[in-house]
Amino acid sequence: MISIQHISKSYKEVQAITDISLEVQKGELFGLIGPDGAGKTTLMRILMTLLIQDEGTATMNGFDIIKDYKKIRNMVGYMPGRFSLYQDLTVEENLNFFATVFKTTVSENYDLIRDIYIQIEPFKKRLAGKLSGGMKQKLALSCALIHKPEILILDEPTTGVDAVSRKEFWEMLKNLQQKGITILVSTPYMDEAMLCNRVALMQKGKVLDIDTPRNLVDGYTRKLYAIRSNDMHRLILDLRSYEKTDSAYAFGQYLHVTGKDDEVEATEFENYLMRKNHEDLEVHDIAPTIEDVFMELLQDTIV
Amino acid sequence: MVNYKIVNEKMKTIFYVIQKEFIQVKRNKVMLRMIVMIPLLQMLVLVFAATYDLKNVDIFLVDKDLSSTSRELAGKLEASPFFTINNTSFDPEDGENELLRNADDMVLVIPRGFERDLIRDDKASLQILVNAIDGQAAQLGYSYAASVIRDFNKNIIAEWKGLPEFNPPYQINTVSRFWYNSELEYKWYMAPGVLAILVTLIGLFLSGMSLVKEKEQGTIEQLNVTPIKKIQFLTGKLIPFVVIALFDLSFGLIIAKVVFNLPIVGSLGLVFGFGILYLLGILGLGLLISTVADTQQQVMFVTYFFMMIFILMGGIFTPVDSMPHWAQLVNEANPVFHFMKVMRMVVLKGSNFGDLIHEFVALCILGFTFLSLAVWRYRKTA
Repeated sequence: MISIQHISKSYKEVQAITDISLEVQKGELFGLIGPDGAGKTTLMRILMTLLIQDEGTATMNGFDIIKDYKKIRNMVGYMPGRFSLYQDLTVEENLNFFATVFKTTVSENYDLIRDIYIQIEPFKKRLAGKLSGGMKQKLALSCALIHKPEILILDEPTTGVDAVSRKEFWEMLKNLQQKGITILVSTPYMDEAMLCNRVALMQKGKVLDIDTPRNLVDGYTRKLYAIRSNDMHRLILDLRSYEKTDSAYAFGQYLHVTGKDDEVEATEFENYLMRKNHEDLEVHDIAPTIEDVFMELLQDTIV
Repeated sequence: MVNYKIVNEKMKTIFYVIQKEFIQVKRNKVMLRMIVMIPLLQMLVLVFAATYDLKNVDIFLVDKDLSSTSRELAGKLEASPFFTINNTSFDPEDGENELLRNADDMVLVIPRGFERDLIRDDKASLQILVNAIDGQAAQLGYSYAASVIRDFNKNIIAEWKGLPEFNPPYQINTVSRFWYNSELEYKWYMAPGVLAILVTLIGLFLSGMSLVKEKEQGTIEQLNVTPIKKIQFLTGKLIPFVVIALFDLSFGLIIAKVVFNLPIVGSLGLVFGFGILYLLGILGLGLLISTVADTQQQVMFVTYFFMMIFILMGGIFTPVDSMPHWAQLVNEANPVFHFMKVMRMVVLKGSNFGDLIHEFVALCILGFTFLSLAVWRYRKTA
């Protein structure tokens, strides 16, 4: 449905994305995962015909993003990272305006947006600028869907939104997927990666890996330990200076630690840290998450 | 039938953009207030304050002669509505100090032996010192004073030669009539000019802010991915500004009529017709600035720059005819110059379209240039 081939783009001296290729299947919920500055937004803006790539080609539903940009605009719904609706228009006015601009009406496509719009309908006379973060996202999603797009491109839709709204939002995306809409979504949150069918892990303008989140996690064969003590700051310094440590990084309340080779036992870390006078020490095995996969990939690229 | 439907669709889109713009103006309380207050303040303050009518020239008199003739001359000056004898002294230096302090505008020194010289030698001299910081006012003040003295001179000769005062000897009489503004009412000259500035201000600022505001709020991003045509979008954005600016033009005209009793000799249709033509150019320029700038602050700076040049060059205060030749040529590219001329010609002289062909062509060219540059420069792709 979306086919990207060898796309590169630079802004003056900064290389924003380098030689990106990926395919998104019809009806797929595809995630671009990566930290700020990974090039997710640039890639999306190129697909949305808002930027022109330096090299490479891309098609959406068979239409070239440069030659057929008009068709793309009619066929794809876009939700930019920043709230981009008229803050001084009401919910209803925004929706009507965008419907008209797409030469349609709200009632014509009400089926598609009903589940989402119904939640903000009680506030339809309120100015968009006065809505809460979660409400704004719902309105923006409604506006992006108003012309019944076949593809939906969402740039960090859940950034700055509370946990409950995030969860609701992803449920809405799943529903839309069931209606046959292909969705390309970017997020800096690793936990959201697990909700996608497939993800592309991105870093510094490059794609590190593309797979289902399950396969990515299963592909992680290193032995991983979660370690904590009463002095986390000293703990990370001590572990990083330990000759048998390969990587150690903070992960919630624990440090996630791998050994130089997978022969390093939990007891070895424990003994080492006890010698360093760490108290309330806790060391145990842990199953990897997508974030561990990502950190591992990152380390590989740095080396 | 099919064609009709397409046209209808396009009109609907434009109509929605217009409606959106009006709603946004309506919700913007500051903007609403400005739309009403700007014409009110400009017409009532600027027209009154920016007057070049000469009133109240303060004279410092140094009369060293103290003769009946010198006193008579002083009396003549005092009797004129323009002059007040503020202070007197026997020392010209006191007068110079007063000039320095800005307390007086002019020092008149009547030397000792003024009357004697006049009788004996048939001629005598006077000294006038004028504060010429404001050259125009100094010139006017001086020539008024000189004409009072000339009159006095003439009468004195007649008196001594024993001729009746009102039957002077051979003399050319110039009878002049001031046309189109027979009472030399400066406000009437200013009002159409200020109206032109008003339309410029509203048009340039509103259109300059328009696109950049969408950029700042990020809404342009969402709009750019829609199939809306840029012509539709820009048309929809500009029409509300034309309406608002024309509203302000009518409002200003009403104030001028009611408050200054401005005679509107020419046709109002011509005033508004040219108003629309002029606005197309001004809005085009505003849009062009808006497409180039990224923030409202940048727009403010650039717009202000253009406003200053256009208005000062355009002849609101100083007649363009007395500008250097190159400045007059530059003014051909100044829309404010043309529109101000049209306003004054139509309102005060009742000029018809035939008299304004030159301005019409110039405004058409300028409007077309600015608008097409703006449309060309506005891209839906970054």
